[in-house]
Amino acid sequence: MMIVSSLGNLKRTAFPYLLHLYVLCNIIVLANGGGGFKMQKLLEIRDLDLTLDKERILQNINLDVNHGEVLAVIGPNGCGKSSLAYTIMGLKGYEQNGGGIFFKGEEISELSVTERAKKGITLAWQEPARFEGVSVREFLSIGAKAKGRNIDNKDLDWALNEVAIIPNKYLDRNVDDTLSGGERKRIELASILLMKPDLVILDEPDSGVDVVALNNIGDVINDFKNEQMGVILITHSDEMLEVADKAALICGGEIFNVGNPQEVSDYFKYQCIPCEDEDFEKHQGVSSNE
Amino acid sequence: MNDYEMMVDAYKKAGGEDVFSNSDTAHMVLEQDKILGKHEVEGLEINAEKIKTNTIDVKLRIKKGYKIKNPVHMCFGVLPKEGLQKILMDVNIEKDAYAKIMSDCVFPNATEVKHVMKANIHLGSNAHYEYEENHFHGKTGGVEVVAKSNIEMDEGSEILTLFTLRKGRVGKIDFDYEADLAENAKVEMLTRISGYEDDQVKIREAARLNGRNARGLLDSKIAMADNAKAEVYNELTANAPDAKGHVDCTEIIKDNAIARAVPIVEVSHPEAKVTHEAAIGSVDSDQLQTLMARGLDEEEASDLIIQGLLKG
Repeated sequence: MMIVSSLGNLKRTAFPYLLHLYVLCNIIVLANGGGGFKMQKLLEIRDLDLTLDKERILQNINLDVNHGEVLAVIGPNGCGKSSLAYTIMGLKGYEQNGGGIFFKGEEISELSVTERAKKGITLAWQEPARFEGVSVREFLSIGAKAKGRNIDNKDLDWALNEVAIIPNKYLDRNVDDTLSGGERKRIELASILLMKPDLVILDEPDSGVDVVALNNIGDVINDFKNEQMGVILITHSDEMLEVADKAALICGGEIFNVGNPQEVSDYFKYQCIPCEDEDFEKHQGVSSNE
Repeated sequence: MNDYEMMVDAYKKAGGEDVFSNSDTAHMVLEQDKILGKHEVEGLEINAEKIKTNTIDVKLRIKKGYKIKNPVHMCFGVLPKEGLQKILMDVNIEKDAYAKIMSDCVFPNATEVKHVMKANIHLGSNAHYEYEENHFHGKTGGVEVVAKSNIEMDEGSEILTLFTLRKGRVGKIDFDYEADLAENAKVEMLTRISGYEDDQVKIREAARLNGRNARGLLDSKIAMADNAKAEVYNELTANAPDAKGHVDCTEIIKDNAIARAVPIVEVSHPEAKVTHEAAIGSVDSDQLQTLMARGLDEEEASDLIIQGLLKG
């Protein structure tokens, strides 16, 4: 919790209730320099660089995500979207080379995956892992139990119903290759609903699922929003963009623009110059940056 | 407490079920070379005899057509820290009979105990036999288990064997199971072992699919950590038309553990087919990172993955 010196001055003036509000909500912070109040960002990425095997994967990434906000990340295959997700989650092999990642105001770059998860960040993979011998029941409870919360049958039923999976047909099945990729994706989302993190990173939740499941995934993302979770949604799907509050276009490992999801998507589809183009630098800034 | 009570108590403390007071459940309790208890049910005969020091001869028969409702519990064990127990076993599951044998082996205090089992098993036509061997060892790793089985299967018979170490350290395990299958017979041999420190595991499972349409599955899942070593030899031979089999060996290693998997598949009939898969490696990083992204630390995540593998 960050408290700056001018807070005491305010407390002595006409706004003592602000301190109480601050403590209770842990959201409002005083801006540095005494310039007023603003909502603390859930996630702030500043000047992030990532180099893997001497190849620059991400460069000078700056992004913010607020509580209850969905940031869609779009861009061509291989542009660095998943690498960004892995870097935020802190996966092995994706240690940033520069810049900072701030979660609820705290620099988390040096934290392990587990520590970041315990702070309230989680990631759903594009291709969810299979777990031989681990039941859906057990898998669903893992995130919540790691946060010290017990899960009962009612919770399990609720989470599976939210992802349109019939509980009594699935709870005792294993999260292995007897489930389709789409089923495992939905079960992974259910596990996140029960975990109740503050920030969810969804790496292409729309890939390999049918239209009905796609709508359902959109509903679940709205559930995340309603729970005031922030969401980073990596996607190629226009349908998924409908749930986003803003979108960022990544090209060649750099943020090309950030703004209204539909406008950014349209720009990507109809106007975007291939990243390899030698005039790429000139085209940056064509659309509005955040 | 007499020897029988001590043995049953040790078995229950190790995690075994309380089955010995149930009159519908057949059982036998052997401690080293002492026959401590025996209970039969209709259709089942058990005869046990001490034939020399530390050696007991056991004959088990399921009579023709009888289907034994409850699993038969055979409780073997050595309670002192040191000792030898040698079991010579003849099992005869007659035509159309069915039984499930739970062989529970308890060595809770072992620092230097050797348990030897030599079994000859015969399944009559269409007989069905499930053999589940659960071991409850102590923490010291002072147990050496040597088990050798020859299984002869008549037409249409089925056998399922499952070995699981339920508690404690492996110590040293050396298994050698062989099965010969006639027409339409089916064998499944499943092994689940987790070893650590300086445990040693050696498993040889062999099935010969000699009859038309015989089926075989040899499936081993082994997890080794620290300085433990595992060698798994799965041999499947298909000699007859439509005989089909599969060998699957998965071994996870951590630390300085060493694992070796040697699948041997041989097909000598053009209409037979045998497949095999063998995988040795560390814990899958995708699985590990998924669980860590839910808040488990690496050790907790690794344990959950290994326990899942051994259950699978």
